[in-house]
Amino acid sequence: MEWEVVIGLEIHAQLKTASKIFSAASTQFGAEPNTQACLVDLGYPGVLPVLNGDAVRMAVRFGLASHSSIAPRSIFARKNYFYPDLPKGYQISQYELPVVHDGWVDVVLDDGSRKRVGITRAHLEEDAGKSLHEDFHGLTGIDLNRAGTPLLEIVSEPDMRSAKEAVAYMKLIHQLVRYLDICDGNMQEGSLRCDANISVRPMGRHEFGTRAEIKNLNSFRFIERAINYEAERQIDIIESGGSVVQETRLYDSGKDETRPMRSKEEANDYRYFPDPDLLPLKIEEQTVESIRADLPELPWEKRDRFVESYGLSDYDAGVLTTARSTADYFETVASGGADAKLAANWVMGELAGALNKAGIEIENSPVGPDALRGLLSRIADETISGKIAKEVFESMWAGEGSADEIIDGKGLRQITDSSAIQSVIDQVLADNPQQLEQYRAGKVKLLGFFVGQVMKATRGQANPAQVNDLLRRSLDG
Amino acid sequence: MHTRTLAELAAALRDGDFSSEELVGHFLDRIETLDATLNAFVTVTRDQALEAARSADSARADGQAGPLTGLPIAHKDIFCTRGVKTSCGSRMLDNFVSPYDATVVGRLKAAGVVMLGKTNMDEFAMGSSNETSWYGPVRNPWDLNKVPGGSSGGSAAAVAARMAPAATGTDTGGSIRQPAALTNTTGLKPTYGRVSRYGMIAFASSLDQAGTITASAEDAAMLLGAMAGHDPRDSTSAEVPVPDYLEALGQSLSGVRIGLAKEFLDDGLDPGNAAVLEQALKVFRGLGASVEEVSLPNLGLSVPTYYVVAPAECSSNLSRFDGIRFGYRAEDPRDLTDLYKRSRGEGFGAEVKRRIMTGTYVLSAGYYDAYYLKAQRVRQLIAGDFQRVFQDVDLIVGPTTPTPAFDIGAKVDDPVTMYLNDIYTIGVNLAGLPGMSVPCGFVGGLPVGLQIIGNHFDEGRLLNAAYMYQRETDWHHRVPDGFSPESG
Repeated sequence: MEWEVVIGLEIHAQLKTASKIFSAASTQFGAEPNTQACLVDLGYPGVLPVLNGDAVRMAVRFGLASHSSIAPRSIFARKNYFYPDLPKGYQISQYELPVVHDGWVDVVLDDGSRKRVGITRAHLEEDAGKSLHEDFHGLTGIDLNRAGTPLLEIVSEPDMRSAKEAVAYMKLIHQLVRYLDICDGNMQEGSLRCDANISVRPMGRHEFGTRAEIKNLNSFRFIERAINYEAERQIDIIESGGSVVQETRLYDSGKDETRPMRSKEEANDYRYFPDPDLLPLKIEEQTVESIRADLPELPWEKRDRFVESYGLSDYDAGVLTTARSTADYFETVASGGADAKLAANWVMGELAGALNKAGIEIENSPVGPDALRGLLSRIADETISGKIAKEVFESMWAGEGSADEIIDGKGLRQITDSSAIQSVIDQVLADNPQQLEQYRAGKVKLLGFFVGQVMKATRGQANPAQVNDLLRRSLDG
Repeated sequence: MHTRTLAELAAALRDGDFSSEELVGHFLDRIETLDATLNAFVTVTRDQALEAARSADSARADGQAGPLTGLPIAHKDIFCTRGVKTSCGSRMLDNFVSPYDATVVGRLKAAGVVMLGKTNMDEFAMGSSNETSWYGPVRNPWDLNKVPGGSSGGSAAAVAARMAPAATGTDTGGSIRQPAALTNTTGLKPTYGRVSRYGMIAFASSLDQAGTITASAEDAAMLLGAMAGHDPRDSTSAEVPVPDYLEALGQSLSGVRIGLAKEFLDDGLDPGNAAVLEQALKVFRGLGASVEEVSLPNLGLSVPTYYVVAPAECSSNLSRFDGIRFGYRAEDPRDLTDLYKRSRGEGFGAEVKRRIMTGTYVLSAGYYDAYYLKAQRVRQLIAGDFQRVFQDVDLIVGPTTPTPAFDIGAKVDDPVTMYLNDIYTIGVNLAGLPGMSVPCGFVGGLPVGLQIIGNHFDEGRLLNAAYMYQRETDWHHRVPDGFSPESG
């Protein structure tokens, strides 16, 4: 039988606010345990939450970018359960009335086609702390630095039909939250992570199958693998006459499998109810409009503009706009008069390779966009060849100076003086009488040999087109 | 000096009749002598109090004294006080020393008020008799075999016996007004949102409100002015300006329309209480106010509504007491579940557990709509009744309690009968209104209270009515035998 996989994602994006969602403590990652938790985060007797307005503005930014509705009135609710890293015994979240709802995004798939994924809702909530099970010899340590960090939980419709589609959607959200500057997108540190709801059904059937939820996937690779494993598992169960149990599962990347997280008896009844410590969140139309006016160019808008204004292919535009910082870099290079296609090739090729190898973000590239433009303009005006340019780039990367300084310092300027090239040619022909005789006897493919000799003699600096031209004339003449 | 009101003591300090140190020392001595009998205090902060009094005296010498500088009061042990044990009447917090001051405590401290100590209370403010305290029952100074009411029973007994000229309290369903009525003190529960809840250990967040227990309405006005106002740390505290409550006192009641809700005069009302209430209404008529009968048809639903909403909120609010970060922790837990179960099982008393279980039940899947949601709807109906009545009258009056104080132990095994003691006060919390209880007479030698209810943020009018009533009557000046001027 042919099976269809149905996937919906719940993505948790940690918002880039300076302080926590309900307290004034810092949200900085990586501090000593429990140094960034104030009395509110610790759930001390008598303390009260106060909503951070920046978190709300960030949620609205996401809502507007994802074509969603912004609720003029939304409600914070308490999700009640006991866990040592949840200090109050409840998490403040949004349940019945989320701040953002009913939107969509278009995801571009590998084959270039577009897939629309519905956004059911996006709600604000606080993160819990962390339980540390290592280093305590049978005990558990609690680090509450993360407790109270603002999260935006973005819930999609079950619109995806393959692991690849799910990953493409996750990548789009990853791209979008970074464009909006509301999340740093660092999946390794857990700033962006997701739960995947997966079910299978016979191809063509309308009703959904029973779903399992895979918790806490924090890399694109794990999302793809976990979904593929889980879909296979469910298909195997059904094909061998069993039925899928609705449950929460964990993906074990070491074993590449999913397994149940908790049994049904331990299932929590979260007893959601409106948090009486927080007033309903009211957002005026005027506020929404001022946030809308402040939205940056969105990834898909930028991509279309790159195709249109710079004449790039859809693919190149897509690659360059993956991250806003790369797109900005490219535009600084290209808008300064450099040839756009050349700039695109260099940013995606030589520069990306070097950054990748060194593990450096483009914002911190040792060769900045202005410096790169300096190099590209020397290619364009034929001061150096593309091959020499790569050499110059390496020197620039090593901090040896600007393109011009390196070209001049190392004497890499391309030789375009015909008489200079001609004298080298004459010398090469004089040094290789045998080959000259063979060539003139009809072995014309020896032209390449002569070109090589001339380039070698000029250390690659002779203008290749001129060399070809002049050589032909000398050989044939 | 202890029979004087806070206002009189303020004047005496101003006039230099005695120092704050002398005044504070006098009340500390009274506590030492009398509290072994009454059990109104959980903690007495003698050294800090005397030090604060000396600071107040030197501030006065420097011309830096405000109207409240150097006056002693007691705080209900539900308010967090920095460096001082804050138990909330529970074994769970018997070892808890708060690292910070509640906003109410901080504001009064900033105004120069001196804290004498922390008063006993029903555990986590859950009770109407002060019998659920981990520290044992408080005794009513009017009859040591009677309860003082609750949950602010320690504050009420302390003021009634003049171990403190005034005290703070909190009122979730009547916890200021009911004990004030049973101890012949003046209790004020302000509008929900009038006073910050920050640092006040939460019982039911949508109902809890801080207020005062004093010897007079004038004293309540003095303290409220210093306590009230928006607090950026409490999102539910209202951004409504705080008027000068003292200024509003003394205005004629001529033309003031008072509503007597007929639902208050039900079968449960003790005939003695009813007779006293009738006398009080005569006084108001004499002051020029008109009294007319009004109706709050849904008021009868307030007790069941309250006993869904308040436990629901408390079941969540009290989850933080888990033995992990502060408070009581069971010894040698086997595992996490055992740690939770025994810490909470041993740390909380029976009434608190009863309410946590009730609240957990009404919020659970499948019951939420039938209980919690329905209770919220009824709450709206009750609030709507009050708003309708306030279109026609300025104030509503009635009894504070159905009966005078009852015997210690009489209702402790019958929670429902106990809950019914708050039948007249709970509606006010559900509607978020300000309410007062003022002494209005005695039944069988025990004091009873007159409840006065105002519209939202109309504390000025409410306090003025109580003040004018107290100018005409002397019930509030009466001090129980054994705690009278001669005995101290």
